[in-house]
Amino acid sequence: MSTAVSARAKTGDTEEAPLLQVRDLHVEFRTRDGVAKAVNGVNYSVRAGETLAILGESGSGKSVSSQAVMGILDSPPGFVTGGEIMFKGRDLLKLSNEERRKVRGAQMAMVFQDALSSLNPVHTVGTQLGEMYRVHKGSSRKDAKLKAIELMERVGIPGAKERVNQYPHQFSGGMRQRVMIAMALALEPDLIIADEPTTALDVTVQAQVMELLGDLQREYNMGLILITHDLGVVADVADKIAVMYAGRIVETAPVHELYARPAHPYTRGLLDSIPRLDQKGQELYAIKGLPPNLLRIPSGCAFNPRCPMAQDICRSEVPPLHAVTEQDGRALPGRGSACHFWKETLHG
Amino acid sequence: MGRYVIRRLLQMIPVFIGTTFIIFAMVHALGDPVNALFGDKAPSPAVAAQIRDSLGLNDPLWVQYLHYMKGIFTGDLGTTFSGQQVTALLASAYPTTLKLTAVAFTIEVVLGIGLGLLSGLRRGKSVDTLVMVMTLIVISIPVFVIGYVLQYLFGVKWGITNATVGYGAPIGDLILPGFVLASVSLAYVARLTRTTVAENSKADYVRTATAKGLPRWRVVTHHLLRNSLIPVITFLGTDLGALMGGALVTERIFNIQGVGYWLYQGILRQNTPTVVGFVTILVVVYLLANLLVDLLYAVLDPRIRYA
Repeated sequence: MSTAVSARAKTGDTEEAPLLQVRDLHVEFRTRDGVAKAVNGVNYSVRAGETLAILGESGSGKSVSSQAVMGILDSPPGFVTGGEIMFKGRDLLKLSNEERRKVRGAQMAMVFQDALSSLNPVHTVGTQLGEMYRVHKGSSRKDAKLKAIELMERVGIPGAKERVNQYPHQFSGGMRQRVMIAMALALEPDLIIADEPTTALDVTVQAQVMELLGDLQREYNMGLILITHDLGVVADVADKIAVMYAGRIVETAPVHELYARPAHPYTRGLLDSIPRLDQKGQELYAIKGLPPNLLRIPSGCAFNPRCPMAQDICRSEVPPLHAVTEQDGRALPGRGSACHFWKETLHG
Repeated sequence: MGRYVIRRLLQMIPVFIGTTFIIFAMVHALGDPVNALFGDKAPSPAVAAQIRDSLGLNDPLWVQYLHYMKGIFTGDLGTTFSGQQVTALLASAYPTTLKLTAVAFTIEVVLGIGLGLLSGLRRGKSVDTLVMVMTLIVISIPVFVIGYVLQYLFGVKWGITNATVGYGAPIGDLILPGFVLASVSLAYVARLTRTTVAENSKADYVRTATAKGLPRWRVVTHHLLRNSLIPVITFLGTDLGALMGGALVTERIFNIQGVGYWLYQGILRQNTPTVVGFVTILVVVYLLANLLVDLLYAVLDPRIRYA
């Protein structure tokens, strides 16, 4: 654990308190079949103006950990069983439900994956946007609508004055996602969590939406957590990446270093399975096996049954997040790998 | 929208003609109304023939029907064999039944949706189990059993309300019959609401509403309940007609002189004008209620468009 702490210390968060600091977060789902350990001791931090990408497959705990931060975990069956979520100097887990509610939407907001199902089908877009001002600021109906129009113009929805009275199903996929972003942006929160914001969109629209998110983040100097399984989406936008596997962060790195030199076999496997033009005609690499069942996470390193480098120690000992260094011992700021053989992975 | 309403209203014409003819024919098939008029004592053939002739019962069925329809369009629903104007009967019976139905409907909506919401939000908890068991019991027991039992308990044994409904059917007297009339529908509404609430509480837009920092109550009323009520309203609309027809049993139990009472009398005496008159109005009410629900549907769910 001591190495884990030192790895975090080197990310530079010591200079000023980060906007959000998640420490040793544990989340479990108590189901009929047993307890599924969805998040097992996750640490990360985001500063104002910074973008953290959390990368992982379905079931890796990336969405669940962010839902826990947001306080919208489906509970029961989901429970936060340990850790701290420090946000602007307060531990969110110690707040009352009502205090927590006032943080949601106003200080931290969330953009969801599928805007069609995430927007209420029976209310107009204007009503749903205006609701933010009505509830949090006590604005009048009329003011809220004007603000909603302003917001829609802000996120580049043409004809906002007319479209404010339309329903979500009357919008295209890209425009709907803009509405979602507008809703998150409404009260100018300090932190936006975007849970796979572009997964449901066409590739061309994906780029536009990511660009919009990036622009708005810079303009308002917000912290942004980008949850995704798509390595391509994050490359241009994120500052740093945390790769999650079976409820743990297995590697952290500044974005371009991760792509150039992964220090965890899982990350390497992910990068190798991206189709590349220069490998045309060759069989595409795939990580063998399946993600683990969260009811029965393998002992030791959860990735060991799928790992080409697995040794005995991987089956018995959970690797902590080692601080990653160059071969000559020079520190690599912000880099960490939860692999017993990170040196071999990175340098060998 | 306007065109849709007009089309729906026009559709009512064949339905109206069809139902009235079927009722007319069915009552006719019951047997000789003149014999029924005299009860156990058979009338002399000469008298019977004279009555039959004066009421036009010797004409073919379709002629009788046309004759009747002509009457309807001039506002004359005929006279009962005892000489009362059917329209006068309707005017005295319908307000009473409407009042009873309104009471029952209110109870059904308020209790049904309330209990359904409660149990849907607290799925698997003891409240939920209690509501589920209670509604199942209500659904499985015949209405007249519930009616007589409650009448005995509340009206006779404990004396909390009047056992029967007094003259003019005051609202206070109608609460118990209204509850009995609503009981089964209420149970269905509660179960339907529970299912849709439970289903929708997992919906993405409910999660979004929570993530927006809305108070729990607002999430439930503005987002969850609003969507969950769409199928419930459909059921309520079709049930409105069923309630009025179902009042037959309840009205008998509590001695309410409404539609059910007169319909029962009409069928007993094979009194075609009474039966057809009352049923016709029931049919019209039912059709209008359905139209209203379909229109309300579009208000509740903007994704629905009428073409």
